[in-house]
Amino acid sequence: MALAVANDPSGVCVISVSDQLIVANRQELKQAVLEALEAGATRFVIDFTDAGYIDSSGLGVLVSVSKKVRETGGELRLSGLNEDLRMLFELTKLDTLFKISDTRQEAIEAV
Amino acid sequence: MSARVPIELPVRHVTEGSAGEARTLSVPSDLSILEHAIDVITAESVACGVPDDVAQFKLRVALSEALSNAIIYGNGLDASKPVEVVLRVVGRRVEIHITDQGAGFDPETIPDPTAADRLECPDGRGLFLIRNLVDDVMFNDRGNAICLVLHRD
Repeated sequence: MALAVANDPSGVCVISVSDQLIVANRQELKQAVLEALEAGATRFVIDFTDAGYIDSSGLGVLVSVSKKVRETGGELRLSGLNEDLRMLFELTKLDTLFKISDTRQEAIEAV
Repeated sequence: MSARVPIELPVRHVTEGSAGEARTLSVPSDLSILEHAIDVITAESVACGVPDDVAQFKLRVALSEALSNAIIYGNGLDASKPVEVVLRVVGRRVEIHITDQGAGFDPETIPDPTAADRLECPDGRGLFLIRNLVDDVMFNDRGNAICLVLHRD
């Protein structure tokens, strides 16, 4: 997995996930969100446009960072889920827990 | 990320008499080679007839769950303990047997992760995903071996 963290001009912290988000690398994503929170970010978009597959550990880290962001009064939105990834969220009913936008830009505008 | 020397995961072809041929490999209990192991087993599964569109997403996720369970909970991340993987074509199905050296667990005791009170739990979705992503799942009595069953093309 590779992570790209960028601050959008509107102040949104955009984290783009490339390749797999699985048990072997989930801590990197958690760390990136925690560091951004510490640096003062409150609005987050995690974008999966270039992502491969996500396993239950990857889903778990998303649940956990989403909770963390909410607890600090912030907001987190997901974007760029392809058909397979969306199926995972629907199967696990996590589509009811997360705010999800089709594209990164839509998520940035909505968060 | 430090550069890693790629670890070879050789696949052996074993003749099993009239039952045909099995493909076997040993995966060290080391999470850093998980992705590579998933790639190798996915390619072998496609060679055995699992449809490519099923293999590239659903099977990869199911393998990530089954292998990481075996590596973490079964073998306690002890790299000297391999997880044994055997692929077999059985009629119109491909069976992928994944066996660890642990004491096993009772799959019936895992609660439903989609229940409203469990939705915000970070853990507990692995077995649920496996059951929903492959065509059938079987366990041995001890609970240290899982078999993922997929229909062939």
